[in-house]
Amino acid sequence: MSFGATSPGAMNPAGFDLPAPREGIGRRLSDALTRHGRLLTLLLLTPPLLWLGLIYLGSLFVFLAQSIFSIDPFSGMIVREPTTATLIELFRPANFDIVRRTVLVAAAVTALCAVLAFPIAYYAARYAGPKVKAGFYLAVMMPLWSSYLVKVYGWKLLLAKEGAIGWFAGRLGLGGALDAWLALPVVGGPSLSVSYTGMVLTFTYLWLPFMILPIQAALERVPPHLIEAAGDLGASPGLVFRTVILPLAMPGVVAGAIFTFSLTLGDYIVPQIIGTSALVLGQAVYTLQGTAGNIPLAAAFSLVPILVMALFLTIARRTGAFDAL
Amino acid sequence: MPTSRVTRYLHLPALAACASLIVQPVLAAEMTELGKGEGQVDIVAWPGYIERGETDKAYDWVSSFEKDTGCKVNVKTAGTSDEMVALMNEGGFDLVTASGDASLRLIAGKRVAPINTKLIPSWSSVDERLQNAPWHTVDGVHYGVPYQWGSNVLMYNTEAFKGAAPKSWSVVFEEQTLPDGKSNKGRVQAFDGPIYIADAALYLMAHKPELGIKDPYELNEEQYKAALDLLRGQRKIVQRYWHDAMIQVDDFTNEGVVASSSWPFQVNLLISQKQPVASTIPEEGATGWADTTMMHVDAPHPNCAYKWMQHSLDPKVQGDLASWFGSVPSVPAACKGNELLGAEGCKTNGMDDFEKIHFWRTPVAKCPTQEAGCVPYYRWVSDYIAVLGGR
Repeated sequence: MSFGATSPGAMNPAGFDLPAPREGIGRRLSDALTRHGRLLTLLLLTPPLLWLGLIYLGSLFVFLAQSIFSIDPFSGMIVREPTTATLIELFRPANFDIVRRTVLVAAAVTALCAVLAFPIAYYAARYAGPKVKAGFYLAVMMPLWSSYLVKVYGWKLLLAKEGAIGWFAGRLGLGGALDAWLALPVVGGPSLSVSYTGMVLTFTYLWLPFMILPIQAALERVPPHLIEAAGDLGASPGLVFRTVILPLAMPGVVAGAIFTFSLTLGDYIVPQIIGTSALVLGQAVYTLQGTAGNIPLAAAFSLVPILVMALFLTIARRTGAFDAL
Repeated sequence: MPTSRVTRYLHLPALAACASLIVQPVLAAEMTELGKGEGQVDIVAWPGYIERGETDKAYDWVSSFEKDTGCKVNVKTAGTSDEMVALMNEGGFDLVTASGDASLRLIAGKRVAPINTKLIPSWSSVDERLQNAPWHTVDGVHYGVPYQWGSNVLMYNTEAFKGAAPKSWSVVFEEQTLPDGKSNKGRVQAFDGPIYIADAALYLMAHKPELGIKDPYELNEEQYKAALDLLRGQRKIVQRYWHDAMIQVDDFTNEGVVASSSWPFQVNLLISQKQPVASTIPEEGATGWADTTMMHVDAPHPNCAYKWMQHSLDPKVQGDLASWFGSVPSVPAACKGNELLGAEGCKTNGMDDFEKIHFWRTPVAKCPTQEAGCVPYYRWVSDYIAVLGGR
């Protein structure tokens, strides 16, 4: 914008005049903005940047910064002196359990989502005609239209001891298998709705659309001629899938995994309604910042999902997942 | 007051609670006389505590007040004690219906004003057991008017217990065979709030007198450890730690749960759904809650606030509310002749069990019954989290 740097009235050495400034403040402003493109950008970006930087990131950092403070063991008051004691407390067995539990549940949900979503997405991307595809989009998106809480409570009823899943299992003669599963350590429990199995199933249901859509997008981008070429060269369907389709669709899977993983990591409502009552990260933060007033430890816990996601995203970026977002 | 709805998860009181740490000391003077009403009064209350007949026409204790005093009532509901404290710290409200785990914090933070009981003619009608209760009276100064109280109860399935009420909390604390011949393992629940440690301490008070527990909210290290050990054992038989009343109702209906610490609210609801449940207060006693209407130091409408406090002690209001909520009136006169509550309503909700109830309080490090100091609440929280996680 070298023209903009000269004053509007100055003669132009190239031999033609810039149009004379127009009348009125609005017009002059408009001219100035057209000439000084950067000013326009600055004006447009300032409000959102202020919002993001000050209000959003600012408050987040103020909160996270609390994690270097500690709580006085006697009075329960916050001691505002930098210390690593609170962060080290995260590694106390009971606290580390929470971290491990949450990450494992998120990983299980992500894996299950990927396994379920892939065939659905594959069908939609490669076999469905235009009409079926419209129906497919509708079917995938529809659960997202209804209230999250309604779905979770619905699942609680399905998973209940005297609920629909137990009833069907009994009718199909699978009652014994269900009981055997529930008798297993870790994944089992008194009933599905108070076990990790139930929690993972509910999360999987909730986040499945977020996995299907990116995978489908990735699969649609796999060039059909590569698949044909692989077949022409004598590769078996299994080999084609493993060496051509899967690697090319992987960015989509990873993109979906980012959604399902981070959504599970941050959720604290489902574990209150379905699961073993053992806390996950979100619940721990919620409880600690409440009556407990242990803001430093709550802040330390809040750091965990951020760090886990940072790690996850770094790995995801290497696989090129962001190209398929 | 232990109401807990889904809405409470949807609030994020975190940052508001941070703000609560910065409170300015305000010297509040008692009011000495009442002036004219200011036209409105703003109240922070538990959901369902202040009804104007919108849910059920029969339950309305606001319309008449508005008509008589000209003070329009605005209610802001809050789902947790923390939220109430945060709202009061923000200011702009006149009154709050604070529970015992919030009231002392509000007094200590100088957010609520001393109440001149002379300006509340019905004060003398308040249950004498509540008039000087420690959760609203500090150094002889009253910081509020008792609103309602209630007891946590042992809810049980009458079929599993063959109609005989369990006599002890042991049915939820220790593995045993229930009267129906099956183990209680996986069929009982416990409350998921850290305050439940007090229930364990209460149980030990009766069963392990050698620990010398005098008050379940004032525990020294040794007593505290014993309570945690009891809770760790309980973890193995608990089906779910509940905190949402509606989920517990569902669990008693669909999950085969037969015994749990509960609130009269769930009991009444399940009975109304024709479920085979009943409740009892076992021989060890129970924990409970007592709520107080407190006035903000900078209440914008103090005259209307005083008028509401007076109105809140009206026997009809107290009786209707007790019936609506499954709580006990703080005015004994309310128990007689209330249509909604019925003749036995107060007794059903626990009127005669006052002495057996240990009201919720926030455990603090400095406590009267332990010279060496007590285990403060923030440790209850982290340790109860560990118990829930199976440690």
